[in-house]
Amino acid sequence: MVEKGRGFQIFGHILMGTLLICALAPFILLIMSSLTDEQTLITNGYSFFPAKFSTYAYDYLLRKSGSVLRGYGISVVVTTIGTVCNLLITTLYAYPLSRKELPGRNIFAFYLFFTMLFSGGLVPSYLMWTQTFHIRNTIFALLIPNLLMSAFNVIMMRTYFTANIPDAVVEAARVDGANEFKILFRIVLPMALPIIATISLLVGLAYWNDWMNGLYYVNDDKMFSIQVLLMNIQRDLDQLRQQAQQGGNVNTADLPSTSVRMALTVMGVLPIMIIYPFMQKYFVKGIAIGAVKG
Amino acid sequence: MKKFRKTMKRFWPLYLMFIPGAVFLFINSYIPMFGIQIAFRQYNARDGIYGSPWCGLSNFEFLFRTKDAFVMVRNTLLYNMVFIVLGTVLAVAVAIILNEIRNKKAKQLYQTVILIPFLISMVIVSYLAFAFLSSNNGYINNSLLKALGREPIDWYNSPKYWPFILVVINIWKGLGYNMILYYATICGIDGTLYEAAVVDGATRWQRICHVTLPGLKSTIIILTLMALGGIFRSDFGLFYQVPQNSGPLISVTQTIDTYVYRGLMQTNNIGMSSAAGVYQSVVGFILVVSANLAVRKFDSDSSLF
Repeated sequence: MVEKGRGFQIFGHILMGTLLICALAPFILLIMSSLTDEQTLITNGYSFFPAKFSTYAYDYLLRKSGSVLRGYGISVVVTTIGTVCNLLITTLYAYPLSRKELPGRNIFAFYLFFTMLFSGGLVPSYLMWTQTFHIRNTIFALLIPNLLMSAFNVIMMRTYFTANIPDAVVEAARVDGANEFKILFRIVLPMALPIIATISLLVGLAYWNDWMNGLYYVNDDKMFSIQVLLMNIQRDLDQLRQQAQQGGNVNTADLPSTSVRMALTVMGVLPIMIIYPFMQKYFVKGIAIGAVKG
Repeated sequence: MKKFRKTMKRFWPLYLMFIPGAVFLFINSYIPMFGIQIAFRQYNARDGIYGSPWCGLSNFEFLFRTKDAFVMVRNTLLYNMVFIVLGTVLAVAVAIILNEIRNKKAKQLYQTVILIPFLISMVIVSYLAFAFLSSNNGYINNSLLKALGREPIDWYNSPKYWPFILVVINIWKGLGYNMILYYATICGIDGTLYEAAVVDGATRWQRICHVTLPGLKSTIIILTLMALGGIFRSDFGLFYQVPQNSGPLISVTQTIDTYVYRGLMQTNNIGMSSAAGVYQSVVGFILVVSANLAVRKFDSDSSLF
């Protein structure tokens, strides 16, 4: 029995170890190629063990490329402002939904749920944002559409409030004469820090990773976040490749070289990789809560 | 009226709290819902969504007369079905094996690392895929195929490989997430059931089959039903950004979402694009509602309504 158990443990570790390598390998290839000498990259291709190392790509990004620093700045600003606003709106909607004695709360709950069931789709949204609200090439384009509030997170937070904030606590505060805003911000929120942390991480990740709003609403390179910048570089390359296939003259001089593109990609995932190990617990918790209560 | 005033006097701050969210939902979700009428109009920019002349169902007629309509619906449905079946089987298997591993630190490490691909954007994924698949200097052509003495493959112009590539990428990115969903459920299974099984002399395999899998059954059913509710939607990034919008691949990468985007932004065919969007919204709505009704029948705590 013991022998058999050990055999299974070894099998389990081999299998999970393989998955671990599969999950990490692309990132290692990415980091290695960002550190490869450009000429070596052209002749030998992407490699886990480059023949010649070089930090040229990172020097180039730090020294010459203002657009990268700018993109970083925009990503940081959008992620910070977006996460704070989103959390505020989400909390303000979730809290009254958790108050059982509030008349008509089911109407507000349905108003929220229905947006998860039916959507107008891209075409009407696009026309509304660009023609009615004129958000093209403004910071609002990266902040507002689809990202400012997620019905899913509101439900998650409401469920947490319902399960973890005893009615008696709220009632006692009310009897003591605290107004509803004071009750929410002074009493309820301090009791809800784990869910606040979890939702902030999920929202922050969504903002940092977003490139679709950039694809739809931004074409001015002064407003490119780091993800939108990466997306646009690839798009330019696609167009060049198509021109080349049609036998046209191709000028790649204006585009960043392969190793620089890889270094840029590394920069795009770096903040996530730095923060993730410390916050892993909250990510896992967030995903697990989402499963139990969609 | 008196009652209303009394209610407002007591609860107005709580109603006030709904306002920012309600306004956002109204603009972001409800106005576009009214905007779907564009699919029934002959759109022109001068008259806008609400002023262009009506044209009945002609946009839909044009759409369904093209071959595109069949291809995009087929691709959306088939990819989703493969993602659901393979994704669930692998995630459940990995969650069970992870649960059987005794070393706590190793367990934690595996769980942490396997979730990493879930955290990055599809744009980054497309760069990672390009590092492997680039025809000139990609890892597969330059290192693997060369070492095997095989001819390089022009990946971005060869549609036959892409169903496989897209499935692999989808599994790679989503496995950690799906596994955590099931692993969390396994952790919630009553430990005394395992103790009883051990006392009864159950082998590992018997414990998995008679305790773990039955414990996972309801989570598997609920998540699968929810996924079936979303079977008419696709991840735009996976089907547009990862294949790098490559023309020769369209027959195997076109989904409803990429068609709507291309119609709107590239071929400037707003009529057919909005018709495809409405088709997706309506069928999607029916599917999501049915899925939730099915979930509610099965376990009323897990459904949305």
